[in-house]
Amino acid sequence: MADQNDLITVFVDDKEVAVPKGTNMIEAAFQAGVEIPHYCYHPKLSVVGNCRMCLVELGMPMRDRATGEPVLDEGGQQKIGWMPRPAIACATNAAPGLRIRTNTQVVKDCRNGVMEFLLINHPLDCPICDQAGECGLQEFAIDHGRGYSRFVENKVVKPKRTVLGPRVTLDDERCILCSRCIRFSKEIANDDVLGFVDRGSYSTLTCHPGKKLENNYSLNTVDICPVGALTSTDFRFKMRVWFLKETRSVCTESSVGANTLVGSREGKIYRITPRRNDAVNDTWMTDSGRVLYKQVDSDDRLHGASIKGEPVETETALNRAVEILRGGQAAIVGSGQASVEEQALLKKLAEAVKAVSVNLVAHLGEEDGLLLSADRTPNIRGALVTGLIESLPAEKLDGLAEAIDAGKVTTVLTHREDLRAAGLTDAQLGKISVIYLGTLANDTTRKATVVIPTLTVFEKAGSFVNQQFRLQTFEPAVPGPSAALNDAAALAKITSLLTDGDIPSQPTAVWKELAGTVPVLEGIAFNKIPADGLALDGSAWAGLSFPEKKSLHFEAAQEAATTA
Amino acid sequence: MPVQERRIILKHVDQPDYTTDLDCYLRHGGYEVLRKALQSKPEELCQEVMKSGLRGRGGAGFSSGMKWNFLDRKSGKPIYLICNADESEPGTFKDRQIIHKDPHQLIEGIMVSCFAIQAKQAYIYIRGEFPLGARLLEKALDEARAKNFVGDNILGSGYSCDIVVHRGAGAYICGEETGLIESLEGKRPYPRIKPPFFPAVLGLYQCPTAVNNVETLCNVKHVIDMGGEAFSKIGKPNNTGTRILSVSGHVMKPGYYEFECGAITMGQLIDEVCGGLRPGRELKAIIPGGSSMKVLKAGERYKGKTKDGKEFEWGIRDIPLDFDSMLTAGSMAGSGGIIVMDDSTDMVEALANVNAFYAHESCGQCTPCREGSLWMNKISSRMSHGQARREDADLLESVAGQIAGRTICAFGEACAWPTQSFVDKFRDEFLAKADKSATPEATEPKRAAVPLI
Ligand SMILES: Cc1cc2nc3c(=O)[nH]c(=O)nc-3n(C[C@H](O)[C@H](O)[C@H](O)COP(=O)(O)O)c2cc1C
Ligand code: SF4
Ligand code: SF4
Ligand code: SF4
Ligand code: FES
Repeated sequence: MADQNDLITVFVDDKEVAVPKGTNMIEAAFQAGVEIPHYCYHPKLSVVGNCRMCLVELGMPMRDRATGEPVLDEGGQQKIGWMPRPAIACATNAAPGLRIRTNTQVVKDCRNGVMEFLLINHPLDCPICDQAGECGLQEFAIDHGRGYSRFVENKVVKPKRTVLGPRVTLDDERCILCSRCIRFSKEIANDDVLGFVDRGSYSTLTCHPGKKLENNYSLNTVDICPVGALTSTDFRFKMRVWFLKETRSVCTESSVGANTLVGSREGKIYRITPRRNDAVNDTWMTDSGRVLYKQVDSDDRLHGASIKGEPVETETALNRAVEILRGGQAAIVGSGQASVEEQALLKKLAEAVKAVSVNLVAHLGEEDGLLLSADRTPNIRGALVTGLIESLPAEKLDGLAEAIDAGKVTTVLTHREDLRAAGLTDAQLGKISVIYLGTLANDTTRKATVVIPTLTVFEKAGSFVNQQFRLQTFEPAVPGPSAALNDAAALAKITSLLTDGDIPSQPTAVWKELAGTVPVLEGIAFNKIPADGLALDGSAWAGLSFPEKKSLHFEAAQEAATTA
Repeated sequence: MPVQERRIILKHVDQPDYTTDLDCYLRHGGYEVLRKALQSKPEELCQEVMKSGLRGRGGAGFSSGMKWNFLDRKSGKPIYLICNADESEPGTFKDRQIIHKDPHQLIEGIMVSCFAIQAKQAYIYIRGEFPLGARLLEKALDEARAKNFVGDNILGSGYSCDIVVHRGAGAYICGEETGLIESLEGKRPYPRIKPPFFPAVLGLYQCPTAVNNVETLCNVKHVIDMGGEAFSKIGKPNNTGTRILSVSGHVMKPGYYEFECGAITMGQLIDEVCGGLRPGRELKAIIPGGSSMKVLKAGERYKGKTKDGKEFEWGIRDIPLDFDSMLTAGSMAGSGGIIVMDDSTDMVEALANVNAFYAHESCGQCTPCREGSLWMNKISSRMSHGQARREDADLLESVAGQIAGRTICAFGEACAWPTQSFVDKFRDEFLAKADKSATPEATEPKRAAVPLI
């Protein structure tokens, strides 16, 4: 936040507003409560000023050229020198005393003219266009358009369904040539594959010959395209956007924790789009993170509880789990995919059964420097904060394997982790009883004694702590399968049965306890966590060698990087 | 007294024995000015150019001394000089005379200018359609490098600067200085927004850059040769030196002519220099500074006060040929390309022709020019194909009005001014077209009769 002293005063339609020097005037106007319509300007991309929708009248306090003294009017006020021509707000930065007018006849004419020009060669296929309902052309045509057409000529014809890459389809006729997608590819995705060919009104967006728009950020071009030119091949023609309910969520793909919106209708998810968070993901997210919702309806989804492969009532499975836990030496395998609340409840469970060990499994991958970090789970730091674990997990459960072989562990309760994938052999699983809580069938569930189906991140509320030790919450977008239990509820229930207690599982309740017992979480109430997250003090874990090096808004601390 | 050309820039051009090779240039005193310049202080040379009152010959007529003054010398970044040899404005064919017939004069002008602004590197951006010109320049440069007029440690002065010839690929917009710079950087020639990208501060490779026209740079040589003071005596105050006028259209002797600024009037140029109109024809209209400038109509009266307070009233033939007078007449001297139209001209057709050019050349970057230029072209083309409507005149004016002053670069004005001035001054012809059209009553034109643009 800028210091109060760094702020300067500018005037938008005579409204005074204080902004940091150099603030873009579109943003400054926004702060003054004035919307300046724009297409090509994007807060996270370079300014090119090509759409001309943001034209305003611009004035500067006058100074005498020779002396530099302010020029005053009769009233003793400094005179304003109004520019003879309208100027684009997007390329104008706040300077002391600068004034813009957005409501004059000149500005109205400019907007009206630009709208007319943008529409004359536009196909206007709104009825079959995916953008309809969230389209910049529709919006500003209503606000600033003429309302009728003066154009009687033939429209320019361009390619209609160009496949730019595996996930993006382009309708060139709808393109308003704002170049946002080109700048994004070049400046953010570092994959300069898009460009215009031809010139004038025939200019056509296209991919470099022999190349494809296939980087893992390609779908952001669809998000920032102000019109229906760039469409998501996955989402295309599936659902009218005004039917979509949007739910705040957090991407579980890696420890970056990109903020997202999940669009659903009648219990079905249709798309995931990024939600702006300038401290985490700006306005972007990965393509790979957008398809994670497919696990909701995955063929492998666990739809009912089972004991030794036989379907049972959930209640029966829970009781059986408790029986097994009571009867043996249990080890616990938790998950970096689990929420803070679930991890806290799992810790309680581990204490209740006096677990031989509590393990987590690291899921590592290559970092891309942007929004995909080396840690492919969203919440390893949550497990540290809640005290479920004290050191960073390994990729394989070697210690647990040894303990099983040595006969020290006879039961393993695993929350979401596939033990086979984490290095345990079929033979080792054969020696023990496995209790599995999770969402997808895998080699472990096929061997498990008890399987209890739970919910995906899209079906429940909770929180994660990302690589920056930023606490971020997510909300349920859709209901889960009817037989599935909320993970937190299942864990709380097992512990309650084990201890004859009544352990609450609602996030608000879990947080009451966390806020009172975990120092870095002191005073935090679940409902009060801001939508864009809350920075926690992670200094207690600064000595650990986390696998992440660099992301869009994250850089590993120097010491940690060198000890790594 | 018959009017006399004063050839300074074109002095040797078209002389019987004058060739483009270095020996010939040296025989005519070539590179002596460079020799002299290298002995002076660069700031003093800039001062001379300022004193000379030289104004750019590329179109806008901006003071060259001022332009060089704006160069951001404090940045510590290298300074570049670019010679704009993209000459593409319809009706303009002066730079090509210099390039094709006296290339060494240009090279000397460039090197003197480079030394004056202490440029690190110079470029000649030559229009793609001048392949011979590019070859001639390359050859001349080889000769000049061999004699150490260009390159390292020029004539032992310790100053080094090379010139690179870069060919365009056939786009008018590459003549706009920031579009040119983008093109030179290897990108599409999309003109840059100003602010912040003023070439003098953030030009080529984001370094301070001077972009000057071919004729302007040749003039610099003569300014340094005769001194700024002496140069400023040629022509009229604020309109100094000579101008090369490219005359085309309905005159008996079209061609290029060099005159002192303001020394003759439009009438003298047409009737005495260019041999008059074709027999039996009346003057109808003149575009005075390349096709983008506002058209002048025969019979119009231009009234006003000159800078020194004298009142005047001119007819079209009385307008003196200099920057300021043409401005008083409501148009601009632009690139010096004068297009003369007699009474055989159909003004709707003429505008359709001009509009076709601008629709074809709009770079397409900004909305008003991209869409407006093509729309105007479609309207005027339809009108000239027997499908005019009475409301088209107003529509044309309105569309043009939505372009001018609202675009990234001056192409916006370049494409709007012809339409604005043609329709304004020849409205009756545009309306008459509608009355003569095949379907005057129709509001929806018959598309089949109109070419698909
Ligand atoms: C659309 C457009 C086309 C232009 N084409 C040319 C050109 O072909 N040659 C030229 O010298 N200047 C051209 N100019 C003017 C240049 O932008 C620039 O002002 C000029 O090169 C500066 O040189 P001067 O100061 O020596 O006149 C053009 C300007 C515009 C807006
Ligand atoms: S982009 Fe789509 S929704 Fe927007 S105006 Fe065009 S056709 Fe209609
Ligand atoms: S496809 Fe969309 S984002 Fe890209 S230039 Fe066209 S309108 Fe802009
Ligand atoms: S005014 Fe025309 S030529 Fe200039 S940048 Fe805009 S579209 Fe391109
Ligand atoms: S937002 Fe497009 S020109 Fe300013």
